[in-house]
Amino acid sequence: MTLRFDKLGVVIAVIVAYAAFFASFATFRANRIVPGQARPILEALPPTLGMLLLTIVIVCGIVALLKTPLILRLAASVAALVALTILIGVAGGFLTPAGNTFARIAPASGFWLLIFAFTLLLADVLTRLNLSPWSRVGVLVLAALAIAALLVSGSWDSLSILKEYASRADSFWAEASKHVTLALGSLAGAMIVGIPLGILCHRVEKLRAAVLNVLNIIQTIPSIALFGLLIAPLGWVSVHVPGAAAIGVRGIGTAPAFVALFLYSLLPVVANTVVGLAGVPRAANDAARGMGMTDRQRLFDVEFPLAFPVILTGIRIVLVQNIGLATIAALIGGGGFGVFVFQGVGQTAMDLVLLGALPTVALAFAAAIILDAVIEMTATMRRVGTA
Amino acid sequence: MIEIEGITKRYDETTVVDNVSMVIEPRTIATIVGTSGSGKTTLLRMINRLVEPTSGVIKLDGADNRSLPGYQLRRSIGYAIQGHGLFPHRTVAQNIATVPLLLGWDRDRIKARVDELMTLYQLDPQAYGPRYPHELSGGQQQRVGVARALAAEPNVLLMDEPFGALDPIIRTKAQEDLLAIQKRFGTTIILVTHDMEEAVHLGDKIAVMDAGKLVQYAKPAEILARPASGFVETLVGASERPFRLLSLGHVRDAVEPGGAEGEAIPGDATQRDALAELLWSGRPALPVKGADGRLIGRVTVEGLVKRAARPQ
Ligand SMILES: Nc1ncnc2c1ncn2[C@@H]1O[C@H](COP(=O)(O)OP(=O)(O)OP(=O)(O)O)[C@@H](O)[C@H]1O
Ligand SMILES: [Mg+2]
Repeated sequence: MTLRFDKLGVVIAVIVAYAAFFASFATFRANRIVPGQARPILEALPPTLGMLLLTIVIVCGIVALLKTPLILRLAASVAALVALTILIGVAGGFLTPAGNTFARIAPASGFWLLIFAFTLLLADVLTRLNLSPWSRVGVLVLAALAIAALLVSGSWDSLSILKEYASRADSFWAEASKHVTLALGSLAGAMIVGIPLGILCHRVEKLRAAVLNVLNIIQTIPSIALFGLLIAPLGWVSVHVPGAAAIGVRGIGTAPAFVALFLYSLLPVVANTVVGLAGVPRAANDAARGMGMTDRQRLFDVEFPLAFPVILTGIRIVLVQNIGLATIAALIGGGGFGVFVFQGVGQTAMDLVLLGALPTVALAFAAAIILDAVIEMTATMRRVGTA
Repeated sequence: MIEIEGITKRYDETTVVDNVSMVIEPRTIATIVGTSGSGKTTLLRMINRLVEPTSGVIKLDGADNRSLPGYQLRRSIGYAIQGHGLFPHRTVAQNIATVPLLLGWDRDRIKARVDELMTLYQLDPQAYGPRYPHELSGGQQQRVGVARALAAEPNVLLMDEPFGALDPIIRTKAQEDLLAIQKRFGTTIILVTHDMEEAVHLGDKIAVMDAGKLVQYAKPAEILARPASGFVETLVGASERPFRLLSLGHVRDAVEPGGAEGEAIPGDATQRDALAELLWSGRPALPVKGADGRLIGRVTVEGLVKRAARPQ
């Protein structure tokens, strides 16, 4: 029997081998800011569990390395991920000296590399399975439920990130809701303004180049600079426009963050609206006029539905971009997960940085998967079929 | 009745349709032939005002077509556009229902009409109604395009190369269907084609266009017998093959009931001879005698021309 290697599997196996034998699984620190000591798998876990994890990781690595059936690869990736996520919690409990509330146990590079490698394997399997949009959302929901279960069960409570979380649970959820509000609110604003603006640009050719150029320039302004530029005008509005201060418009805080995100969002929304409308088959437009539709009916019944998948792609770009960018809002007191990131950077507390960064990445990831699924569903329904 | 009076369309300096006048009688089919770019589509689209003429007037049943807003005018005129122009995001049934929906018909009436048209075009409403256009064959798409144009029972139907993409067999079928529908509903039809055979077969009258000008507008027999210009002759010549086919058929196979004036032609003469005799003598019909010398009916110019266009 000849052994055949899987191309991506080779990469995964190399990462797994390095992470399992040469990198550390967890870090032990006496308190939250001192440098840590690395602990490889066998030292981070009770001996039997350590051996078990090593075995699982190696077997799954071999499954990835060889050309194996998809279903086996799926099982291997899921088994490895489940083992890793459960056992990192066990390592937390095992490494924390009894009664010590200052010690911090954090996942270390080896753990992250293993998670990365097996997520890569899982993603590859899911891609090859060619899942329908609904099933992809289903997989996402399953993953979210699994993570939620681990969080609620308390099996991760001994890990440093959750210790950081425990000491600021209230502000975590407040910042989370600010983050989501900022990202979604600015997106909603961009849609309300951008889609009509895109339609206008589509209809009035002279306007198109000008508007897109201005939006392009805005896109290139670094976010910090944009905040700076907004402080003066918003401060002025706050003082001079009655009621503005009452709804929270100030030179710093949520208002400039919202405006900046909104401005960044406009270009993808407007540009994709223009591109989408331009891509509507001429014959469909012609038929719409020939059948006696008014301009408005043609816009809403023909052009807009046909351009919708492309516009949705713009919205996807904006949502993922905004979830990431909203982190910066914390710099000017706008709140969001960025608060933890910047506090953590200030205190050189890596765990606190992760408390802000991980939820942001997870949100962006989930948004991308969900919107991709929606786009695919609308696009297959409206596949262009004109001769 | 459609009266086109001195219609001209200019884009910048180029004249695309040049002072065209013609009258299309009610319940007849006028076919427009001409080479690519001769202005056929433009002329057609000025009737429902998708294109506004530079000068001239078009009247529908005596009323200027500018007396209604464009979109209302277009709802009353069936239009099958070049290609088929189906809405890719709407099902076959929704596509056909477009104009009735715009006219505010109630749901039952729309459904009944859609089913009727689909049945007429041999598309099972249950099976094909919910499909999207990209799930149909080219021929089916084109039939849906024509059904959509017919949906609101228009008195006037404009068709721009409706059978262009069809293979010869389906095309013949589609033409027969159109003739049957036209008879049944008494629709006035203007049909653009670049195929002289199709023009002869379908048209009560044929309009020949060349470089924006209407060079001849007459009955098929007239066009074939007396082409008004070298250009028309070339167009006719291009479709000479069927006329050669006439020389393979015998007169007795083309006999119609009825009598005619003049000397009878023997039944075993070729159809081509009979047509030549008719055109040369300028008579509309000839009596035909059998081998025993008794009259067995007559042949007509119309009948022979139709046969030429569509050998049986
Ligand atoms: N909107 C327009 N602007 C400028 N020129 C035009 C426009 N529409 C049509 N033309 C020109 O008018 C001429 C006639 O076009 P038209 O579409 O009427 O031709 P046609 O006889 O239908 O040709 P075909 O058989 O290829 O469909 C062409 O030369 C075309 O380039
Ligand atoms: Mg044309």
